[in-house]
This record gives sequence, structure tokens and C-alpha cells, in this order.
Amino acid sequence: MSTGSVEKFQQSLSRLDTASTAVAPDELVSTVADLVEPPAVGAELPFDGLSLADAPVTLDPSPSRLSEAVTGVSGSRMGIASLGTVAVESRAEGDEFIALYPERHVVVVRASDLRTDLSDAFGWLRAEFEEDRQSFILATGPSSTGDMGALVQGVHGPEEVHVIIVRDNE
Amino acid sequence: MSESQQLDADRIRTLLESEGDEIKENTRLFNSERYNAVKAVGEGAHEDNRSQAREIKADAIERLPELIDRTRKAVEANGGTVYVADDAEDANRYLAEVADDVDADSVVKSKSMTTEEMDLNEALEADGFDVWETDLGEFVIQVAEEAPSHIVGPSLHKSREEITKLFEEEFDPDESLDSAEKLTAFAREYLGECIDDAEVGVTGANFVLAESGSIALVTNEGNARKCASIPDTHVAVAGIEKIIPSIAELEPFAELISRSATGQDIPQYLSLLTPPVDTPAIDFDSSDEPHFGNGDADRDFHLVLLDNGRREMCEDDDLRETLYCIRCGACANSCANFQSVGGHAFGGETYTGGIATGWEAGIEGNDVAAEFNDLCTGCSRCVNACPVKIDIPWINTVVRDRINRGKDPGFDDVLVDGLVPDEEEPGTSLRKRFFGNFEAVARIGSATAPLSNAVASTGPARKVMESVLGIDARRDLPAFRRTTLREWAASRESRVADPERRVALYPDVYTNYVRAERGKAAVRVLEALDCEVVVPDVGGSGRAPLSQGMIATAEKKAETVAESLLTYVEDGYDVVAVEPSDLAMFRREYEKLLPEAAYERLDGNSYEVLEYAYGLLENGADPDALPAGDGDGVAYHSHCQQRTLGLEGYTEAVLERLGYDVFTSDVECCGMAGSFGYKSEYYDLSIDVGETLADQFEGAADERTVVASGTSCMEQLDSLLSPETRHPVELLDPERQ
Repeated sequence: MSTGSVEKFQQSLSRLDTASTAVAPDELVSTVADLVEPPAVGAELPFDGLSLADAPVTLDPSPSRLSEAVTGVSGSRMGIASLGTVAVESRAEGDEFIALYPERHVVVVRASDLRTDLSDAFGWLRAEFEEDRQSFILATGPSSTGDMGALVQGVHGPEEVHVIIVRDNE
Repeated sequence: MSESQQLDADRIRTLLESEGDEIKENTRLFNSERYNAVKAVGEGAHEDNRSQAREIKADAIERLPELIDRTRKAVEANGGTVYVADDAEDANRYLAEVADDVDADSVVKSKSMTTEEMDLNEALEADGFDVWETDLGEFVIQVAEEAPSHIVGPSLHKSREEITKLFEEEFDPDESLDSAEKLTAFAREYLGECIDDAEVGVTGANFVLAESGSIALVTNEGNARKCASIPDTHVAVAGIEKIIPSIAELEPFAELISRSATGQDIPQYLSLLTPPVDTPAIDFDSSDEPHFGNGDADRDFHLVLLDNGRREMCEDDDLRETLYCIRCGACANSCANFQSVGGHAFGGETYTGGIATGWEAGIEGNDVAAEFNDLCTGCSRCVNACPVKIDIPWINTVVRDRINRGKDPGFDDVLVDGLVPDEEEPGTSLRKRFFGNFEAVARIGSATAPLSNAVASTGPARKVMESVLGIDARRDLPAFRRTTLREWAASRESRVADPERRVALYPDVYTNYVRAERGKAAVRVLEALDCEVVVPDVGGSGRAPLSQGMIATAEKKAETVAESLLTYVEDGYDVVAVEPSDLAMFRREYEKLLPEAAYERLDGNSYEVLEYAYGLLENGADPDALPAGDGDGVAYHSHCQQRTLGLEGYTEAVLERLGYDVFTSDVECCGMAGSFGYKSEYYDLSIDVGETLADQFEGAADERTVVASGTSCMEQLDSLLSPETRHPVELLDPERQ
């Protein structure tokens, strides 16, 4: 499997009207704080050494906090550079709800987890399925519909997505 | 016009007026976005995905019992339940039991054509459950109490203004819902509460992965994600044909499905779920408790696999391919008739567009397919659009044949049966047999021309034709030539002493009896390019009977034509056709009608006339032997079936090489489509489709010569613009006036 480039990923995201920010690991918490519009909820990140514990988000929220939240922050263990896609995993931390209810979804993905294209992403998915991790949403941009007579962003899912790309420690 | 045709004509006219504008705009947008997306990813890559996807589907349908078994084992091992339902009633009963078991009051659904097929909403509502469609398009038609007009966009026949009126009347909101944004926000909030309150979430499944017991869902709005994760109980409903072996086989479909449907590279959300998922259950009754309410509920998952006629379709050699369908709607979007009239005319109980004939015939029966099957003209534009390469026109033809044969023969039919030279059983309507036997009509018409033309065009004759045959009196009839192309060719000597190539020019029925001038032009052009040309004494290709669903007659004609033309091929002749619909018989439909070897031989040695001229010029023939274009403008409409074969570019290239400035139409079909535009009940639709083409040429027609490759296209353009349309080969004619 090859690794997709950050630059390509960011280009794809901008085509989807999705903002992105590339940061060093120690800048993550402050970047999340900048991007969060309160109230915010989050699912703890699935990465060693990166945590939302110090970020201004409520982890493991109550249903009412979830419903009121304007921003949801979660991590993605895979991104697709050619498409601007992120993977939302069905985890006990509730990533699926965090990524779905609030109007703004802030996604954290590591640069080293970027795949080149859909074909590479399927290579990754097949390996994950082998390891018994078998529930993912490949999410590309904000939710949208044309069913009400014109294209509208923000339907049942988020209206706005912001991707934080965490560069590797060098 | 008979009474039933009158009903059809009124219904079509009403739909053209009430829904036509929205349907046109939306389907054409989807269609052009599909073309753009395929171009962007590359035709080669797209073609590879199509081939792979078809192979995977063919294999999966072949071993469906085994895959159902594997799916059951995997889902059960994960902690879920699989129920294989024999029919809609069985499936609905099971779903009501599931809802009953969890004491549900309400059920929320994401978009699922299979549950539309089952009439699940009505069944659950009859059992006292509230049912909410959460896909906005489905929600609109639920509120409007209408049926989907399109597989992908169920409400795309409705304008924003109509939806505003509908919602304001139904929900009486505080603020006006006078924009798509406001309507969407309103629906999001309204349905969001419904989802939070529901005990059961029903989704479809675009694909089921047997090995892991997973489902794949393709959505843009996010409602399927909610329906699958928020209620504790998730029921996925899918036809048994949705199963593929594993995640390893999903990739080509992930590439194809949204690109074919809406021109997206990938949907907003491609959900791969292997339920019960690890996402915690959410408990809105403990709304202030952390961890999503700290509920102790377990997630419950049921996969309902619906048969409802599908296993019989697996055994049906002609309908089986229908089961490969991934329900992208590309066949509808690429269909000129559908673009005008939409799924409320071109559709059955559930399904819409070209492939609907296969689904409705297999699930509901031929009588339902019969209600709309004639709207498929066999133009074949859906063939290249279909992501799994289903021969949709062939399915429509086979079902038409079955409908013909299933009809009780009336007295007329028995009487006619002895008089017409076809291979059909009594039952096929008199009109279908008239059009199907057009060659016999043309032969007699030509032998008695010009008297036949004069008589046929009189008022009383047209009246009789309209009442007995349903031939619309507003259409000009073809004028038969006393001297046929074959007679003309037989009376002259070959002009080429030392030919580069030898050509058997196929005298199709129209070129032989009606448009002889384009046949003569073809002979002179090929001779000018150093070919010896013979015009064999051979009859119709079978296109006319095939278009009426008279397969046995078409087969007989195919055998006769192939036998004759292949003797020329054996002698070193190339077969060249002027009429694209006949060439398409040789190169496409004969695969179904002839033994493999004969089909391949004819397919490999037959050419469209401008394709052939292109080849000659590329191989050293002298373009100066043909009149130069001198920068003159040409407005060119290629033929639908010619474009499906990928042959439109040759005509453009030859005309450009000769110095013409070529403007080419990009409509899918002219709307005439052989006999279709002559039929009274379809006259308005045919004109509506044709007007799109006429509009494209209108500005250009004053300065450009209008040319078209197909006879039908020429007739349609003649009636919509001015009666001067020519075949492109006529521009190349050395004796051109």
C-alpha cells in the first residue's frame, strides 16, 4: 500500500468545499480549540499519543449534549488523497454519532494514514476486515441532497467538515 | 386509435405537461454528469470496472444458494438474524413481528426500492405502526402520496415550488418554506425527531457481503447512517440478488455506482456495516446521562432477503441479467423517452426506466410490464450507460415477444395470420405485424409506386390507417420509389477496373425502397475510392420485426441475410451498410439470433458506410476523388444505435477531412425510432423528444446543411426543420448537385 500525499488530499478536500489544516502533533489540541464552535462533543482519538482529553470538547456525552452540540470531533484511521474521503469507524467511543449529529464535523487524520486512491483504500479495508474491524463509513465532504429542488449541504449529517491532518514527528 | 391507445396518449400528454420540465432538467443533468465523470476517470478504467462488476454479478447469481447460506452463517455468527422471505407478504409479516417484539410505535426508513416493491409502509401502517421515510425524496412522495418517478431520485418530477406548496399545506409551518435550504432544514428537524423516537430503523442494502455478513449502503444525506445506528433495532431489507462474496469484490461497484447514477466519483457516504455494530446504543430517555444515556440495550440486527420472483428469474435465460442491476438509474437518464416523460409513464408498480421491464416482468408479471414496455424503442443508448453491461433493449424485446404471445388471438389476428409472411403466433397485434412486416409493405408499395404513394396519402386512406393501425395522420408517410436501389444497381456496370477492395453494399429496406438516393450515393462514393461495389439481392435484416417483439420472424430474417452476405464475405467482400439500425443488427442483435460463428464472421466483416470510407482514406484512398467541403457548415445528427457502437466519430472525421465545419448534436435519440413516432399514442412524446434535437439545430440550420445517418432521424428532422435532411454520404457523392 502506498501513502497518499498531504498536498493531494488537501486539494481534493478543497474541491469538496471542505477546509483542512495540516499541523504538527503538539499543535493538535490548540488547533482543535480554534476550530471548535461550542458546544462541542468528541470521541477519543484512536491514535497512540494523540488525545482530545485537553481539548474543549465533551467526550462520551449525554444524549442532550450530543443533540445540542454544534461541533463534533473524531478521528479517522484512513484518508483517501485522491477523493478527500475519511473513514468513520463504528466504535464504542461513539464516533458515528459524533460525526453525524453536529452541524460541524472536525476530523483528525494522520498524514501517515493517507492512501493514494480508492483502490489503495480497499487494500486497507480488506486488511481491516481480516482483523475483524468491519464497520466503517467512507465519508466524503458534507452531507447533501438535491431532493428539495436545488443542491443543499447539511441534511441529516454535517453541513460543514474540517479536516486536521497531523504530520508525522520528524 | 383504439380506446386503450387513446388513454395512453392522454396520459402521456398530461405527464409531459405536468412533470416533463422537471424530469428533463434532472435526468439530463444526471446524464451529462455521468458522461463527465466517466471521461474524468478514463474510459478504459471505467470499462475495466464494468467488466469486473458484470463478472462478479454473473458469478454471484450463478451460485446464489451457496451465497445465501454463507450470508446466513456469517450474520448469525455476528449475533444477527437472517430471514429469507418468499414474497412481499412474507417479508412484511416478518418486519411487523420484529417491530411487535420490541413494542415499537414507530419505524424510520432510509431509501429502499425493495421495500417499495413490498409496499412495506402500507403493511406496517395497517398493523398500527407509524412509518417515516427519512430520505428527503422519499419523504416528499410519502407526503404527496405518490409513487417514485425515478429509481435514484424518487421525487425528481417535483419542482421546489410544488414541494413548498405541499409542505406548507401539510405541516402549516410558522415560517414560509420558500427555498430548498428552508425545506431541507425543516425536513432535517422534523425527521431527526422521528429518528430519535423510533424503535426500529429499516435500511436497504446496495450490497450484501456474504463472507463477513456485512451490508454496504450508498447515500448522500446521512439518513441511512442514522436509521442504522440510532434505533436499537436495525432491519436491512435486500433482494437476494444483492449478495456478493466478500469485501474483495466490492471495489468495482464502489467505483461504478455513484459515477453511473449521478456522476459522483464516490457517494457522500459509503457505509460498510457489519451489524450489530460497536457504536453504543443511545438512550434518549436518559438524556442527561453520559455515555449516550448509559443504556443497557443490546443492538439487534435482522437481514431480510427477499425472493419475490427472483429465484425464478435466476432460471430464466433472458430475464436473469436483470438481477445484475445495481439500481443506479443510468438506463433511465440516458433514455430519450424517459427524459421527456419520466417514470410515472415509463415504469411499473415499483421500478422505472429501461430495466424496469425486466424487474416488473419477473416480479409482477408480463401484464404489468406490458403497460410501459413499448416506451423502449430499442435505441440502445442505455447499453453503454449500464455499469454492469445488461443488454436492456434485449430484455425489453424478449418481454415484448412474450406479451405478444400471451395475448388471446382475436378474430382479426387469425384472419391476418394467413396473409402475412411472418413467423409469429396469432396474438401479436395487427399493428405490430404491420410494422414488423414493413418490408412486405415496402415491396408492394414500390411495385405500385407512384400510385401507392398517392393513394396512401389521401384523407380517407390516412383515416383508415389511423383507426385500424394507429398510424398518426400528422406524420408524413415514406414515399416508395418505383425503381429500387437493387434494380438501379443491377442495371449498371461496375466502374472500377482494378479495385482496391470489394464491397457488398447492404440494401436495407429503407434505402432500397424509399431512400434509394443515399444508396446510389454510397455506391458512387465507394467506387470513387476504388472499390468494386455489388448490391446483393437480399432482404430485410429483421430490425423491423425485432422492434415489434417478433423475435421468431427476426431470427428467420437474420438467418437468410447472414447466409447470403456470408457468401460474399467468403469471396473476399466487405459488407457495408448505409442504415445504422441494420448495421447494429449485424454487430449487436445478431449475437442473440444467430449461431456464434456466423455472428462473429458477419460482425467482424461489416461496416457503416462512413466508417468504411474513413478506413479507405486512412489507407491511402485519394480524398480528392470526392467533392471538397470548402469550409461549408454541416449540422450532423448521428444515429442512437450507431453511437452505441462507437461509430459516430468516423462520420465527423471524414467530413472534417474533406473540409466541412461539423457541428454534432448531443441528444441521445431523435425520438422517431422506427415505427415509434408513427404510432398515434406516442406522437406527442416523439415530437417532444425530437424538439430537443430541433432546438440544437435551429440556429445552425440556416447556415449549415443538416445531415443524419438514420432514416428515422432524417424523417424526424424533415418534419421538425425542413424536408431537406440528407445522409452524410450524399455530401460525398461525386455526382452531387
